[in-house]
Amino acid sequence: MGRYIIRRLLWLVGVLFVVSLMTFALMHSVPGGPFDKEKAVPEEIKANLNARYHLDEPLPVQYLLYVYEVLVPQLSKTPPGISMLDDGIINIKVSENLWFKWMNFGPSYASRTRTVNDIFRDNLPLSFQLGVMALVVAVAIGLPLGVMAALKQNTFIDYSGMSFAILGVSVPVIVLGPILIAIFGVTLGWLPPTGWGAKPPWTMGLFPSEMNLDYFRYACMPVFALGIGSAAVIARVSRASLLQVIREDYIRTARAKGLAERLVVTRHALKNSLIPVVTVLGPLFAVLVTGTFVTELIFGLPGMGKYFVTSITNRDYPVIMGTILLYALCLVFANLVVDLVYAWLDPRIRYT
Amino acid sequence: MAVRSDVLRAGTGGVPLTRKRESLWADAFRRLLRNRAAVVGGIFVITLGLVAIFAPVIAPYSYQEQVLPDNNVVPAWVVKVFPFMAGYARISDNYAFGADYVGRDIMSRAIYGARVSLTVALVAPLISLFIGVIFGSIAGFFGGRVDNLMMRIVDVLYAFPTLLFIILLMAFFRGTYANPEPGSFTFVLSSLDQKMGGMLFIFIGLGVTAWETMARLTRGQVLSVREKEFVEAARTVGAGNRRIMARHVLPNIIGVLIVYETLAIPAYIATEAFLSFIGLGVNPPTPSWGIMIANSASSVRTHPNQVLLPALMLAITMFAFNFLGDGLRDALDPRLRGTQ
Repeated sequence: MGRYIIRRLLWLVGVLFVVSLMTFALMHSVPGGPFDKEKAVPEEIKANLNARYHLDEPLPVQYLLYVYEVLVPQLSKTPPGISMLDDGIINIKVSENLWFKWMNFGPSYASRTRTVNDIFRDNLPLSFQLGVMALVVAVAIGLPLGVMAALKQNTFIDYSGMSFAILGVSVPVIVLGPILIAIFGVTLGWLPPTGWGAKPPWTMGLFPSEMNLDYFRYACMPVFALGIGSAAVIARVSRASLLQVIREDYIRTARAKGLAERLVVTRHALKNSLIPVVTVLGPLFAVLVTGTFVTELIFGLPGMGKYFVTSITNRDYPVIMGTILLYALCLVFANLVVDLVYAWLDPRIRYT
Repeated sequence: MAVRSDVLRAGTGGVPLTRKRESLWADAFRRLLRNRAAVVGGIFVITLGLVAIFAPVIAPYSYQEQVLPDNNVVPAWVVKVFPFMAGYARISDNYAFGADYVGRDIMSRAIYGARVSLTVALVAPLISLFIGVIFGSIAGFFGGRVDNLMMRIVDVLYAFPTLLFIILLMAFFRGTYANPEPGSFTFVLSSLDQKMGGMLFIFIGLGVTAWETMARLTRGQVLSVREKEFVEAARTVGAGNRRIMARHVLPNIIGVLIVYETLAIPAYIATEAFLSFIGLGVNPPTPSWGIMIANSASSVRTHPNQVLLPALMLAITMFAFNFLGDGLRDALDPRLRGTQ
């Protein structure tokens, strides 16, 4: 098992390397640069800007510089938060005027004062909270729905549950979001239509400093809008999978030996039927926690989501690289966890 | 010899393969017709297709003509539904669902918008099938090192966020093909895209990003089918790789693949709407439900009627395709046979 995990982590490094290389090549082949504005910038100023961010170097050199800044730890005399070009996710004070800095994802070209690390520090936690809550809601609604539908197959419960699931898949957030705001935010006035109930600094870098009722009132609509589609997917997958498992021989054996139906379902059927559900949860986790553009736009949340789109339209190279690498990291990591959960769910699966 | 191999392959003791295959599809079709939700979904899709084809006849107004004095007018029924609009809304019953912010008829635009969504629903699965099946069947059929390498490529592509990848691609296309040199290949592509209202690049973007799951699915299916006895039998009577692939393996797995693509159609429609929503989709003034929702979402508090029709159309269309896909899966997926 340990060796398997180490091998998978090495594979993770390989994937991140290839993803970064492909992203780098793709984004530099999009015409136009970060400083080509509609109002033309004088040539000398543009040349200076390009030189400051090393954009005048050949592409391979630029790539190596990027990898160097991310991977190689540095000792710096400037305190963190002063220079845009010299910032690390990990900043440790070594002595009075010496800092150990590691993982510099570079400055954001679109902003004078912010770095990609700032985006990770300030905006990512909001997306993370929203995504985790949406995932919890999705599982809490989707799984019982799917299990009930499968156990009561071809009954009213099954049909209404699956109709709800199809409804959930069919109504995208760009439709559901404005409708929710119009009903609960504007007409009824029960929930705040936009905004988020917590702001930086975050506790432990990811969590809100205070979780009160107001926080959840703000979270209600975006979490529901984001989670309901995933709930529908989980409901469908868990229904189909449980229907298949329940026809297996060992379920018949469990029944034949006189086990109570409740125990047959909870102890034998459910655990095995969870494998496809967990498979779906991996990528879902990566998508939800790294920021969802539409949900954050509609509900006015300052999360990561908008950077996925604006970074590309702005040709903000470090932000593009940062967001894609973050997503890839989350995805590959989530898939590794999924594979480990497989082994726990189904003892027949072994990794060596 | 060819006749003998046909008999052997079908494994039905002399019944010609063609008849057996027909009966499979006819059987599936009969099941589909028994599924009421799928039939309703199918009828809706067909109706929508007719609406899209005959849009110029059905739509009361042009989709691009702006009647500025009529901007944001609403019909009388809207004020009855949303009483808070009574104070400021200008009422005109010329437009069934009102006019948008530059005075274009919302209903006509929604009708034309069906063209974009339905074309995407038709073309994107074909592209994904084409690339995915070729890639996946090569990997699955040859196995070994080829398979390993090809599947690692898919793994890496999987690590890309699909939406980000598609946004990058769209930015690439929209940037590169903005001012092409006349006569070049880019010029041909670009003018074709212009004629299609920006849909060509959406297809390419969707196709390039959507085939990976298809490739995995095809590979898995091919891996299981190629070990079956009838493939071995075909090989013993001297059928070559290509013939085995085309005549023996693919017909056996195509059902599963089609079912998967049908179930993915709502996702394609939603992706197109999303791309148009963020301004990388169809070129204005081509109407797409995504663009209409984007334009009206910001004014949902003052003019909720504008978002209503495109949002409903988008949701109902995805609903219909979901029902149809579910019905098709139940009708075709052999593992679900007998569960009804």
